[in-house]
Amino acid sequence: MDNVSITGAKIYYMIPGINYPVTQTVVNAWIAMIVIVAVCIWLTRGLKVHATTKRQAVAEMAVQMAQKLVAGNMGEGWGEFVPFIAAILSMSVVSSFMSLTGAYSPTNDLNTFLAWSIVVFVLITYHKIKTKGFGGYLKSFTEPIFVMTPMNIISEIATPVSMALRHFANIVSGYVIGLLLYAALGAVSKMLLFWLPGSLSAIPILQVGIPAVLNVYFTCFSGCVQPYIFCMLTMQFVSSAASTD
Amino acid sequence: MERAIVLAGSAIGAGLAMIAGIGPGIGEGYAAGKACEAIGRQPEAKGAVTSTLILGCALAETTGLYGLIVALILMFVNPFLGKL
Repeated sequence: MDNVSITGAKIYYMIPGINYPVTQTVVNAWIAMIVIVAVCIWLTRGLKVHATTKRQAVAEMAVQMAQKLVAGNMGEGWGEFVPFIAAILSMSVVSSFMSLTGAYSPTNDLNTFLAWSIVVFVLITYHKIKTKGFGGYLKSFTEPIFVMTPMNIISEIATPVSMALRHFANIVSGYVIGLLLYAALGAVSKMLLFWLPGSLSAIPILQVGIPAVLNVYFTCFSGCVQPYIFCMLTMQFVSSAASTD
Repeated sequence: MERAIVLAGSAIGAGLAMIAGIGPGIGEGYAAGKACEAIGRQPEAKGAVTSTLILGCALAETTGLYGLIVALILMFVNPFLGKL
């Protein structure tokens, strides 16, 4: 266990005055945003009414997939919600896949998910107030009976917290298990190869290939399923907040 | 000596926190079994059943993952060492 160290995001720079730390998370999240914006600009250059390029076909497919996802889960009339869902989905997937390049992924930081789930919480509350009115929103805390008010407040706060923790724990558990397995394989190969002369025994032969299999599962599967679930929950909560019954 | 006791307690606590993994294991196994039954009864609904199963499994995992977060904090952050 001597060479296993699990740390959070490193702080690059403190903005003086307001004491705001610029961490690896912030920098890499901006890199992910720049990548997404660049891909979007590249895909949507020179659009024509009749698609002639593969680029436009890919762009149309992505937009249609997002529209179908939102229409399938929230019903019609939620067209303005498509960009938000597509943004969260693409941001999350691109950030998770950043860890394949060895960079620190912004999705290894709880702050990223807390920020997203606060946005979702604001959306839910906005739609509740919009449909029921402010008085109706406050009154909904006392339903079904007045005694339940503390429970209702707790469940209101638990929604964004559990959304953030679910996504964070899935990503970070893959990261930690990958690190532990990597260290364990190094130790095992050192034990197996102790009889080789000189520096040959220091080659961690077992570390080749085996961690990649786990990485494929945790980064590619978990990193795609969890954003999808985050978006599904967002759509469910918002559309149930906006329903009148 | 005190440090050693705190570290040992944290390690034992992390192990106990992972007992939380039992619940999601049972729940997900039950869900997967039911999904197999559903596909066996209605093979044409395989796509819908599978996507619902993955969504449900990922939701059922949440409680186990809370335990995992507690275990990770106990193992790598060692919050009780600061209270000595």
